[in-house]
Amino acid sequence: MLDLLTGFIAELRAAGIPVSLTEHLDAAETLRHVPLEDREALKYTLGASLVKSSTHWPAYETAFEIYFALRGPEFRIDADGADGDGERSERTTDTGADDLPGQGGRHGRGQGGGGEGMTAEEIADLLYQALLGANRSLVAAVARQAVSRYAGMEAGRPVGGTYYLYRTLRNLDLDKVLDRLVEASRQSAAAHGEVDGGGDGAGVPLTALEERLLRDEYQARIDQLRKEIEAEIRRRLVEDRGSEALARSIRKPLPEDIDVMHATRDELVALRRSLQPLSRKLAVRLARKRRHGRKGALDFRATVRHSLSTGGVPVEPKFRYPRPAKPEIVVIADISGSVASFARFTLHLVHAISAQFSKVRSFVFIDGVDEVTEYFDGVDDPAEAVHRINTEADVVWVDGHSDYGHALTVFWERWGEELTPRTSVLLLGDARNNYHASAAWVVKELRARARHVYWLNPEPRAYWNSGDSIVGEYANFCDEVVECRTLRQLERFVGELA
Amino acid sequence: MSSDGSLVGTPADAISSGFPEAGPPRFASIGDVRSGLAGVDYLADDGISGVVYLADRLAKPVLVEGPAGTGKTELAKSVARVTGSRLIRLQCYEGLDESKALYEWNYKKQLLRIQADAGRSWEQLEEDIFSEDFLLTRPLLEAIRSTEPVVLLVDEVDRLELETEALLLEVLSEYQVSIPELGTVRAHQIPLVFLTSNATRELSEALKRRCLYLHIDYPDLERERSIIETRVPGISQALADQVARIVRSIRTLELKKAPSVSETLDWARTLVVLGIASVDVDQARDTLHILLKYRSDIERAEKELAGVESPD
Repeated sequence: MLDLLTGFIAELRAAGIPVSLTEHLDAAETLRHVPLEDREALKYTLGASLVKSSTHWPAYETAFEIYFALRGPEFRIDADGADGDGERSERTTDTGADDLPGQGGRHGRGQGGGGEGMTAEEIADLLYQALLGANRSLVAAVARQAVSRYAGMEAGRPVGGTYYLYRTLRNLDLDKVLDRLVEASRQSAAAHGEVDGGGDGAGVPLTALEERLLRDEYQARIDQLRKEIEAEIRRRLVEDRGSEALARSIRKPLPEDIDVMHATRDELVALRRSLQPLSRKLAVRLARKRRHGRKGALDFRATVRHSLSTGGVPVEPKFRYPRPAKPEIVVIADISGSVASFARFTLHLVHAISAQFSKVRSFVFIDGVDEVTEYFDGVDDPAEAVHRINTEADVVWVDGHSDYGHALTVFWERWGEELTPRTSVLLLGDARNNYHASAAWVVKELRARARHVYWLNPEPRAYWNSGDSIVGEYANFCDEVVECRTLRQLERFVGELA
Repeated sequence: MSSDGSLVGTPADAISSGFPEAGPPRFASIGDVRSGLAGVDYLADDGISGVVYLADRLAKPVLVEGPAGTGKTELAKSVARVTGSRLIRLQCYEGLDESKALYEWNYKKQLLRIQADAGRSWEQLEEDIFSEDFLLTRPLLEAIRSTEPVVLLVDEVDRLELETEALLLEVLSEYQVSIPELGTVRAHQIPLVFLTSNATRELSEALKRRCLYLHIDYPDLERERSIIETRVPGISQALADQVARIVRSIRTLELKKAPSVSETLDWARTLVVLGIASVDVDQARDTLHILLKYRSDIERAEKELAGVESPD
């Protein structure tokens, strides 16, 4: 057991969770006190000594599920047939052709029944029943069925768990199921006045509020199903490959380490959620830094003046406390599709800590450029402003493909005059210019006018200057080009800037 | 260890003695924690009861983190009630120092003492005025010196400055306080310690390492429903269910401040007082200000609940 724990902790460390020796000892001590057969309790109590930050919890949970996977006889994969019916498990062996019936089933479902793809149809029905009735064991059973039916898992194939998850979910098409569930309850409410979720009133159609609540309820159940499916896939992978190999392949990055450019939708949600506490912490830290950075040179004048009260003896020396000027920031961000989420996070972060700068001005561009500073004025939620930028800013000039050259030229003509020697310019983008002219001279001019010019590139350094990326041309005139793929890197950069 | 728990005079004593002995366990099992807490109307989930049990067994402090109003402070209070311990609370704030947290010399009394008999020699006097009689104990020392069982609650530890955090470290890891003039005060019994934090800043590694970490999030639907049923007298099951559902829906919105459990309870109580048996949109709209405390949040929730789809 201690060996298992050591391996587990090694995996946690590899995933980026800092686990100290003391914490390791505590965890070992925990094993003595907590009954091992109570898996949930074990998960939480081990977590209490190993994980010291709530953002690390998902990564911990994944690792835990792998290392302490359920391997008892009742979880053997062969046992699947027992809780479904024999007939279905027969058909599931036919994994090669699962795409086609899956499609058929989807179409058929919408029309309420179709001849082709019976197996998919059955699963869909079962799923529908399970979700409608909030029957947990049924949901778990469906998850098992769906995985063996759709994931097409083959022993020994070196594919990550996300691939199987994607395949399964694509075939189940949960969005449509959600709509169908809501539709069904709407009808049944209209017909019988009886809703699953506790609404009443005979024969009355659902009010908007009730419908909203129902939708959320079903959404929660579907999330539950998704988790079951994930767990099922993991369980099978563990069976196939063993804990350690698997842990490496489906390790979940911590939110601050997620690659912003390639984040999935769920990851983006996680990012957005961690952005707020992050910017708050950053603001607190910077404010503190400013307050504590004191001890300047002796202020002779003030000392002499003060000495008058002690009869001309300079008892208390006075110092000139440095007041570092707050920098002025101009952000020029590419918000074309490829780097949009990165630009959004950076704008969000910069404005969230705007109190640390004397002034923040933001510009966004694709092939045209527009100032968006005013969107952030008087809005206390930067996310809202970012949303408005996406919908309202006038950034398309010709075709809506990035054109750094044109955008920079226009910026220089319209706003170049307003840069001062106290301004730091942040250029955000991957510098993929679609083979347009680079107009790198603008960056040179910016550099001459402003205090600093930084370029934040969300691409990994290895990709720079490949294909149509011309970041090298701009780099000649920048103070620094920074690779900024994760929140952690972004936070570090912004922290140093202020 | 004869001197254990009392004030020890000589440095040799302080070095020789080790960790205070753990008392008899407060809880027999994890289930015991849960049922005990349920007995005082605190519904714990697996995580909470597991960690509390472990804290007792390992004699380690618990760092409880989570959004405001999810029952972090309440947990400490409830544990105190279950175990029949005295609750000692240290409210943290910016500028808290050791004279407020640990101990202070009662210098007025010391002055009086010096004036009272001026004839004694300095050595005698010094020994005299730096004795227990002249010590004002503050919460941390108080918790350690107490002979009865104690639950120590260090509330909102994230408000302390980074430097002040270090004050806590000795107490948390060794359950002792070193007073230069006196020696080391060790605990009679190991108190159960809870530190709460709203995560406004990252706590130091040193502090985290000494604690068990417990993150309390908003409860899931079933738990929230049972919490409402236990805490709001006279609420019907249907209404409790509906309240829990509406609150869950509101929490999925992107708000500045999601409704906390305590606000949910306030809302449920309001509905009961108003005699509402089932919430409809208008009633929800009229009472939303109890759940949400920002103008923009309220507007947003109103819009959402009325069924206007948000552009996402």
